[in-house]
Amino acid sequence: MAGASFLFTQFLGGLTTAMFLFLLASGLSLVFGVLRVLNFAHGSFYMLGAYLAWQAVAWLAPVLESFWLAALIAALGVAVLGGLIERLLLRHMYGREELYQLLLTYALVLILGDAAKALWGTQQLSVSRPAMLAGGIRIFGGELPAYNLFIMLAGTAIAVAGWLVLTRSTAGRMVRAAALDREMLGALGANVGALYTGMFVVSSFLAGLSGALVTPIESIVPGMDVEIIVEAFIVVVIGGLGSFWGTFWGSVIYGQVLSFGILILPSFSLFSVFALMAVILIVRPWGLFGRPLR
Amino acid sequence: MTSGTVLARRIPWTLVVFVAAMVIPFLGSRYDTFLATQIAISALFAVSLNLLLGTTGLVSFGHVAYFGIGSYVCGILMKTYAVPFALALPAAAFGSALSSLVFGYFCVRLTRIYFAMLTLAFSQIIWAICFKWNEVTGGDQGLSDVPYPNLDWMSSIPFFGDFGIGDQFYVMTLALVMLSLAAMHRIIASPFGRMLTTIRENPERAASIGLDVRRYELAAFVAAGFFAGIAGALFGIFNRGVFPDFVYWPKSAEVMIMTILGGIEHFWGPVVGAATLVILNQEVTSYTEYWPFVLGAILLVLLFAFPGGIVGGLTAGFAWLRRKRRGPAGA
Repeated sequence: MAGASFLFTQFLGGLTTAMFLFLLASGLSLVFGVLRVLNFAHGSFYMLGAYLAWQAVAWLAPVLESFWLAALIAALGVAVLGGLIERLLLRHMYGREELYQLLLTYALVLILGDAAKALWGTQQLSVSRPAMLAGGIRIFGGELPAYNLFIMLAGTAIAVAGWLVLTRSTAGRMVRAAALDREMLGALGANVGALYTGMFVVSSFLAGLSGALVTPIESIVPGMDVEIIVEAFIVVVIGGLGSFWGTFWGSVIYGQVLSFGILILPSFSLFSVFALMAVILIVRPWGLFGRPLR
Repeated sequence: MTSGTVLARRIPWTLVVFVAAMVIPFLGSRYDTFLATQIAISALFAVSLNLLLGTTGLVSFGHVAYFGIGSYVCGILMKTYAVPFALALPAAAFGSALSSLVFGYFCVRLTRIYFAMLTLAFSQIIWAICFKWNEVTGGDQGLSDVPYPNLDWMSSIPFFGDFGIGDQFYVMTLALVMLSLAAMHRIIASPFGRMLTTIRENPERAASIGLDVRRYELAAFVAAGFFAGIAGALFGIFNRGVFPDFVYWPKSAEVMIMTILGGIEHFWGPVVGAATLVILNQEVTSYTEYWPFVLGAILLVLLFAFPGGIVGGLTAGFAWLRRKRRGPAGA
C-alpha cells in the first residue's frame, strides 16, 4: 500500500508541474495560433512575473500582507509590458520571415534577462506561501501541500474558463476565426490589429501570472527564463502548436513523463522529455491535438 | 556586370584572408593572437550555419549540437584516451557529420517552424546527454584541461622558430579554418550549391522540376554539421576544456546572430559578423557585465534598420554610390 501512495504522490507532483506549465504554455500556444509567432520571450515574461511578484510583496508588506494582490499586480505589469512590445516592436515583423520574428523575440530574451539582473541582482529570491494555504492535506496516505492543490484547481478552472471564452464568446469566435484565416477576418471588417494586441496582452498576462504563482514553491533565479521556455515549447509541441486542449494534455503528459521518468532513470528524465518532443515532431509534427498547418 | 566585379571573383579571397591573418602573430600581441584564434573558430561555425540559413534557407535552431558533438568527441578522445589530434579532429568532424545525418534525416521532413523546433529538440537531447552522462562527459563539470596538440614540428619552419604554443595553435587553426572555408565556397559555387539556392528560393518549384528536395537539404545539413564539428573540436582545445554550456540552446541563437549580423546573403558575411561580435564582446565586457543587453539592442537595430547585415548594408551603400556617381552622365 505504501508503494501505491508513493506513486500517487509522484502523480500529484507531476500534475502540479503540469498545471503551472499549462498556465504558461496556453498563452504561448494562443499567440502562435493567432499571430503565427513563436515567442521566445514568453519565458522572460514568466520570469518578470516572478520578480514583480516578489517586488510587489515587498512593497505591500508595510501596509498589508497579500500574496494574491501582489500576484495580480505582477501579472498586470507583465500584461502592460506585453502590450507595449506588441505595439512598438512585434507589429512591424508580421510580414517578415519567421527567422526575423524568432530573432526579435530572442532579442527581447537577452534584453529582459539583463534588465532583471540589473534590477534585482543575481542572488536567489523567494516568496513565502500565502498563510491560508501554508498547510498540507493528506490524500490517500500521501501529503500534499495545500498550495499545490490550489494550483491544480486553479489550472483546471482557467482551462475550463479559457475554453468557454474561446467557444462561447464573440471575442473567442474572433480569435478562432483569426487563427483560421486572418485575411478573411480583416476583409469582413474585424479589427485584426486590435485583436492581435489583445491576444498578446492576454498571453503576457498568463505568463506573468504563472511566474507570480510559482514563487511560493520555487526560488527566483536568473536563467529561469531560458530554462522554462524550452519546457513550454515541449508542452505546445506535444499538444500541437496553437491547440488549446492540446496544450492542456501536453502539460499533463509532460508533467507525468518528468515525474515518473525520474523514478525509472533518474539521470535521464531530462533526456526523456526532449526525446518525447522529438518523437512527436517526427511522427505527428502538428502535435497530438493540432491540425496540420496550411 | 562591370569589370571590377569580374576581377573580384577571380581573386582567391580565402588565400588573401589567410595571408593577411598570418601577419597577426608577427605584429600583434599574444592577446591579439588569442582573439584572432577565437574569431577564426567562430567564423567557421557561423559560415557552416549559413550553409543552411543563407544558402538553403533552412532555419536551424539547433546547430550548436554539431559544434558540441565535435568538441566533446575531440576533447574526450584527446584527454581521456590520449588520442593524437590528427586522429581526434577527423573523428570529431565525422562524428558530427554522422549525427547530423541521423538527426537531419528526420528534420528535413519538416518545414519552417517545425524544422526549427525539431533541430532545437535534438540539440537539447545532446545537451541533456552531455549534462548528465557523468562517466564520459564529466556531467555539469565538463572536461577541463583538454591538452594542446603537439605542434613542435612547426618550429623547424623558417620564421616560425620562436612561436609559442598559442601562436602555433593559431597558425594551425587558421589553416584548417581557411581550408574549410575554401571547401564550403566550392560547395556553394558548384551545381549542387546552385540547387540548394533554388530550393531556398522556391522549394515547390524545385520539387516540380524533379529535384529531390529532401535529399539535397539533408546533404547541406550533413555538410554544415561536418564543418561545425571541426569548429567545435578546435574550440574545445582553444578553450582548454569542453562544457555542457557549449551545447545549450542560447548558443545556437548566438551563432545565428553572428551570421545575421554579418549578412546571410554573402559568403563572407558570417565571417565579418563573427569578427565584429567577438571583438565587440571583448570591448563591451571590459566596461559592463551587461553584454547580453548590448547584444539584444544590436539585434533589434539590425532587424529594424539593416536586415541585410553589415555586408548587405555595405554592398547596398556601394551600389548606391556607384549609381549616384554615374547618375548625371545619364548611364
